[in-house]
Amino acid sequence: MTEMILREAVTKALREALEDDRVFIMGEDIGAYGGAYAVTRGFLDEFGPERIMDTPISESVIVGAGVGSALAGLRPIVELMTINFSLVAIDQIVNHAAKLRYMSDGQFSVPLVIRTVTGGGGQLAATHSQSFENWYASVPGLKVAVPATPYDALGLFRAAMKDDNPILFAEHSLLYGMRGEVPDEWYEIPFGQADIKRKGNDVTIVAYSRMTHVALQAAAMLEEKGRQAEVIDLRTLRPWDKETVLESVRKTNRVVVVEETWKTGGFSGEIASTIQEEAFDDLDGPVARVGGLDVPAPYNGTLEAAAIPNSERIIKALSDNYGI
Amino acid sequence: MALLRVFEERAAEQYMLGKIRGFLHLYIGQEAVAVGAIHALGRDDYVTTHYRDHGHALARGLSVNAVMAELFGKATGCSKGMGGSMHLFDASLNFAGGYAIVAGHLPLSTGMGFAFNYLNDNRLVATFFGDGALNEGEAHEVLNMSALWNLPVVFICENNLYGMGIPLSQSMSNTQLHKMAESYGIASAQVDGMDVLAVREAAETAVQHVRSGNGPYFLEARTYRFRGHSMADPVLYRSKDEEAEYRKLDPIAQYGEWLLSSKMATQKKLDAISAEVEKQVEESIAFAEESPFPSPEDLYRNVYAQLP
Repeated sequence: MTEMILREAVTKALREALEDDRVFIMGEDIGAYGGAYAVTRGFLDEFGPERIMDTPISESVIVGAGVGSALAGLRPIVELMTINFSLVAIDQIVNHAAKLRYMSDGQFSVPLVIRTVTGGGGQLAATHSQSFENWYASVPGLKVAVPATPYDALGLFRAAMKDDNPILFAEHSLLYGMRGEVPDEWYEIPFGQADIKRKGNDVTIVAYSRMTHVALQAAAMLEEKGRQAEVIDLRTLRPWDKETVLESVRKTNRVVVVEETWKTGGFSGEIASTIQEEAFDDLDGPVARVGGLDVPAPYNGTLEAAAIPNSERIIKALSDNYGI
Repeated sequence: MALLRVFEERAAEQYMLGKIRGFLHLYIGQEAVAVGAIHALGRDDYVTTHYRDHGHALARGLSVNAVMAELFGKATGCSKGMGGSMHLFDASLNFAGGYAIVAGHLPLSTGMGFAFNYLNDNRLVATFFGDGALNEGEAHEVLNMSALWNLPVVFICENNLYGMGIPLSQSMSNTQLHKMAESYGIASAQVDGMDVLAVREAAETAVQHVRSGNGPYFLEARTYRFRGHSMADPVLYRSKDEEAEYRKLDPIAQYGEWLLSSKMATQKKLDAISAEVEKQVEESIAFAEESPFPSPEDLYRNVYAQLP
């Protein structure tokens, strides 16, 4: 086992990927600048300018050229500096990357990984603090990964590189320094497999990305009150591991879904709906949802923090819905 | 060209009969561009185009039967009915679509060019788009990056003077589109898109330039679509007189006259070709009619590639 931070796990994953000559990395400031989040620091010297491509600020072409080069036989990794900027390229992601295999009836495939940085809490204000993984998770043809730990990041990225589908790999901006143990032996994590980060019998907390850690904080608080929470980290949103969630709910009968993005239209709605459709009789009360408040992210730190789910809100949601 | 013309005319009829649904964008009048340009390409080169793509598909060699069946939404279509008129694909002919989003395929073409450079294999991509595509921001990103990275892309702008109902002068501050491309540092030229021989010659120049490693080339082909933007277009934005003027420049009539006057062909030969293509298209309609529709099980196929 080796201890590393999430950034190092992604860097390691990228290095491994580049062992395949068909792989190259393209994005803004990934080369000479060393990567906006330092993930690709040193890569330009190590792998050269033909494989580490600094691009102009042109998200549409970054993704589109990724799609096109994948159609022509390469296995590109493109980077969108943040998921906020993915909106500039959303047509290429949703209308092109996701649909080419279907519209060509399998004649063309898009083995493309789109790495991006998601989430808020860094006082970067409204246009730099968003999390759109849930929007992309609605799109047939895409896969979406939202790792919360170094182990998960590395395992999922390895799986992503073997996958011939377009994948959005969303790394949370505040999790790059998250420490964790990573096996020295090879392992992979398939998409659609959630991870029970903490076992418990009294309540299920479903979360993903940074909210997994907030959920674990809430679990610690619940333990002080004599309640054992089961924390499920979804790890991927498309596909997502319905069975693990349902099995947990059938055991605990109480569930809260926690998500950083705005509650309205969040993926938590999809999860909650599925739970009540398929485990209705196992529920002691309505599925609770804790999401980002329906406001653009304010700059002010206190207000910003109030808009993002925290452990107190999780505790309160459980109290409101289940009286615990 | 004759095949393209007859195919489009018959497709229009089938559309009116309800056999073809959705949108149908006819290439009638623009045949010289697809035919002339695609003739300059090699088998390994990629072709991408916009939603007015039947002409390019046929010029590239897609089976007439497979294209008509695709329009009919049948399981024997080139995309088994999953793509339709605007999304024709044939990987075996390196025909990489058929795209409905205006300018949407331009970034893809940039990526293909990038891959060909990366793999050092001397292939190029010819990408067709309309004048309207240059309204879109990503078209400019593409021109910039293709020039910056010296990509092997032949840009073929089919300037038919209208972006749906908007004339060029109302959508582009610079209507000399090839000059606009030059401002990005891209070698460019303008050609009479109604003259198939001129188009082929211009495309050969473009291909030569690109294959020699000189970076992208932008060819603006001035052409005209004799019908509306699509079958749904009531064509309120231009006059019948204007259309009549352009019909005098019909690329097929022009080429036919040239063949006759230069004694390259006899009227009998031309009539035989007409009859032949009529027959091919007629057969494709029968083929499409008789073909089965895809089944409900096909709905989920190819949403994802299978894991290895």
